[in-house]
Amino acid sequence: MAEVIHGIDEIRVVPKEELLLAVMTLKNENRRLAQACAAYVNGLVEVSYTFADDEAYQLVHLRVVINPDDSIPSITPFFPIAVFYENEMSELYGLRIDMMEGIDYHGRLYRIEKEAPFRPEVKK
Amino acid sequence: MNGSSTVNKTRTVVPFGPQHPVLPEPVHLDLVIEDERVIEAIPNIGFIHRGLEGLVEKKDFQEMTYVVERTCGICSFQHGMGYVEAVEHIMNVETPDRARHLRTIWSELGRLHSHLLWLGLLADGFGFESLFYECWRIREHILDLHEMTTGGRLIFSVNTVGGVLKDMTPEMLRKILDTLDEVARDVRVVEKTFLYDYTVQSRLKGVGVLTKQQAHDLGCCGPFARASGIACDMRKLGYDAYPYLDFEPITSNDGDSYARCYVRLMEVYQSIDIIRQVIGRIPEGDIAVPVKGFPNGEYFNRVEQPRGEAYYYVKASGKKTLDRLRIRTPTFANLAGLTETLKGAEIGDVPLLILTIDPCISCTER
Repeated sequence: MAEVIHGIDEIRVVPKEELLLAVMTLKNENRRLAQACAAYVNGLVEVSYTFADDEAYQLVHLRVVINPDDSIPSITPFFPIAVFYENEMSELYGLRIDMMEGIDYHGRLYRIEKEAPFRPEVKK
Repeated sequence: MNGSSTVNKTRTVVPFGPQHPVLPEPVHLDLVIEDERVIEAIPNIGFIHRGLEGLVEKKDFQEMTYVVERTCGICSFQHGMGYVEAVEHIMNVETPDRARHLRTIWSELGRLHSHLLWLGLLADGFGFESLFYECWRIREHILDLHEMTTGGRLIFSVNTVGGVLKDMTPEMLRKILDTLDEVARDVRVVEKTFLYDYTVQSRLKGVGVLTKQQAHDLGCCGPFARASGIACDMRKLGYDAYPYLDFEPITSNDGDSYARCYVRLMEVYQSIDIIRQVIGRIPEGDIAVPVKGFPNGEYFNRVEQPRGEAYYYVKASGKKTLDRLRIRTPTFANLAGLTETLKGAEIGDVPLLILTIDPCISCTER
């Protein structure tokens, strides 16, 4: 029978100011950036970054909660591939990403014809 | 071209796609080339974004299963499965053992037809038409099994929160085993061409090499990453019937297009073996349990699709509709790896290299 690995996933909520330090720590642990996404929660935006340890099959999710009008630092200096995730969050959630390295699609990654971002107040 | 002094005048930008004979779906690349060699590739997507994730605000969590299944026509079943298992986790629903086994069978049948589709497209990409026909002819047997067990050839709609909607009779299981014997026999024939034909080797060997470290740094996943030596397969997490099965991730250390072909070919045999194991131990019993109430909580679920690791993030607050659904598909993760493999490639190899990540743009854009 195959060995089954049950990694225990963890969500770490960090202040915006400590995001890059936390990301750098996970980078030094040789983790892979697996995904990043945003979600609206009670008028705020939750940004979640997922870092995978492929040997232990374990995930760490870093979570930053910000006001929709606040900006958030880009993690592309540590994980250049974050550029696609950050462009997506910028377009769909209107997040302002500071110091993004790589291609900036200027809110046109998905070429949405309707007005974006789709913030709850925009839909009224 | 812009007028920047840092750009060599011999460089040219060649637009590739969004419509191209080798691309089943639209994706555009700006290829910066110098003397027939790619210096840089800038991807552009967004031609088929449908905003499926946004439908969670309108559809209830059970209806969303059908929406999620329509993310993609190839890995449709596994999309639905990844989603319902995330919801089941939040709602503490214990699905019956038989349902978990049935899901594993459909998952592996999906992997089989996806890999056979890809092998055909690859053959078409390097101009081997009869090999393409043969791969798709074999794939038809798998689609017939889909139809026999679910009524659908690509989109089944058999997943539901709490289990599955259809069962398989002993006759169906016998038919699956017989068909898989035939498929394995046929694949052995095409395998010889894919792996040992001189012409095919000349198109694949040493082309688009991605090292293990590069694959890791670029966040690659699935067969694309395993072909670069990363032994990571989400089935090892032990969802559905996988804890009871004997299998190991298939890898190669070469990291080139040939290695990607090798890994997917071997995974065809692996899927056949896994289905045989499941059918050999599938228990009797219910196929679903009733689900009461609404989900309240959040969970990141991940499953191994044919193209690699897919994420389903579900966030709910006890209402009929969910607060957030996020689907991160393997092709989205492999885009950076693709642009890296294109660097330094001959322009004639570009279509083939795009195919080697097995791109699914519908999945990527959702």
